[in-house]
Amino acid sequence: MKNTISDKAIICKNLTKRFGDFKAVDQITFDVDRGEIFGFLGANGAGKTTAMRILCGLSHPTSGEANVAGFDVYKQREKIKANIGYMSQKFSLYENLTVLENIEFYGGVYGLSRSEIRTRSEKLIATLGLTNEAKKLVGELPLGWKQKLAFSVAIFHRPKIVFLDEPTGGVDPVTRRQFWDLIYEAAADGITVFVTTHYMDEAEYCNRISVMVDGRVEALDSPRNLKKEFNTHSMDEVFYQLARKAKRS
Amino acid sequence: MDVQLNNIVKTYNNGQVKAVNDVSFAVQKGELFGLIGPDGAGKTSIFRILTTLLLPDSGTASVNGLDIIENYEEIRKCVGYMPGRFSLYQDLTVEENLTFFATVFNTTIQENYDLIKDIYDQIKPFSNRPAGKLSGGMKQKLALCCALIHKPKVLLLDEPTTGVDVVSRKEFWDMLKRLKAQDISILVSTPYMDEASLCDRIALIQNGNIMSVDTPQNIIDSFPSRLYAAKARDMYQLLKDFRADPSVNNCYAFGEYLHMTLNGDMNSDIVFQELQGKYQPQDFEVKRITPTIEDCFIRQMRETEKYLN
Repeated sequence: MKNTISDKAIICKNLTKRFGDFKAVDQITFDVDRGEIFGFLGANGAGKTTAMRILCGLSHPTSGEANVAGFDVYKQREKIKANIGYMSQKFSLYENLTVLENIEFYGGVYGLSRSEIRTRSEKLIATLGLTNEAKKLVGELPLGWKQKLAFSVAIFHRPKIVFLDEPTGGVDPVTRRQFWDLIYEAAADGITVFVTTHYMDEAEYCNRISVMVDGRVEALDSPRNLKKEFNTHSMDEVFYQLARKAKRS
Repeated sequence: MDVQLNNIVKTYNNGQVKAVNDVSFAVQKGELFGLIGPDGAGKTSIFRILTTLLLPDSGTASVNGLDIIENYEEIRKCVGYMPGRFSLYQDLTVEENLTFFATVFNTTIQENYDLIKDIYDQIKPFSNRPAGKLSGGMKQKLALCCALIHKPKVLLLDEPTTGVDVVSRKEFWDMLKRLKAQDISILVSTPYMDEASLCDRIALIQNGNIMSVDTPQNIIDSFPSRLYAAKARDMYQLLKDFRADPSVNNCYAFGEYLHMTLNGDMNSDIVFQELQGKYQPQDFEVKRITPTIEDCFIRQMRETEKYLN
């Protein structure tokens, strides 16, 4: 583990989280490479959110080891938070702040200087084609725009890893694909992407994916190898075969 | 016709936001009809108009032959409605919720038990659990039971499978099929394009506009050009190259492959040979495919946008 640590964005070894008798996360072990797009799949209640909260430094594991962006999940949680970005479908931006104010707010929270914030936000607004909307309230933007902006804000401080929790839920099929363009660009820039989704076609866009069932990682490989292993042509079927075995729901 | 909409318009913020734009369609008796579109397409506004919770700006609509304005009280008695947001009482148990809804509709759980038996059996072991403590899939099943307890003629389900995993989604659609067999007309909305093929007929909706209404098969058959699926080792590079190439009409990621259409009437074998020669993709593969509903949706979205611009 020591000699490869620099190539790994995330290392998990027997990571476990218990709530009373309930093992929400049960001895999961996996690595994520730097610059990789890693899909983190699982049925509702499989333990994805709990695992993700530990990796983001928001929750203390019960046992096991995990290292995120080079930092320990027990002792260096604040360092982890400074080095990752996070975006979820449910909450990501302040609806009653403008586009520009949201960008400035997040830039400030992550400790960027005023001049850095100014140059980067100008560039970002131009890239997203939001020049005319910069002074509009985020609440007035269509959902697709919000999600694209939320992602850009989550990587505004150039984190080593970005965690995306169902970023494209309910988004139209064209915008969903534009969103994945942004993910590819970020990965090409060296940002590691850790993403959950209920859309199985999006699982195919990941370099590797893991599938959690009842708190355990039951499968982990590239989409191509998983389909081979489960003897099927669709990720949908791979997921179905695995998730069907779940005892808890 | 069990549900009929004629030129329904609904705006918000003094007309600034057009949520539903001149929408017309009809659901026949015993039909499973899908309203397919993303968030913000206008699906929920349509459901709220049909359940008489919201008045349209203009247009007419009826449910089970009853006018949504004249006969709104009658409609409320004969529809079962499952709103998009879970709206049962979280602090009441499974059984208490069901009893509550039965009582409100002047009936008992026993009276129409055969209708919900299949579904209720699956959540019965948890009948003393507060509804708020159920998993997503279970909440859905309970909500469906509550919507069915008074034996409605028409079932209106607003995004029942959103945010629910693949296994629970499959189970839910199986339940709908069995209900349909009992002559209940069902209008169901979903943002998942792959669920469209499970409906008898569908309407594709985007930005308040209905783009088409037909059987899933007819919508697929009317896709106007040949669709190809291509892949290579570096998919992102392939996507960028093809998207920028003048011989390619449209190209987008679709699971393991890119889906694409070509410009003009050129022989596709020649075009693909040229593309391969130009970009030298490794492990290149291409084949002609049948479009999915999602391909049709993307196509129609592009055409609508072109038309509006």
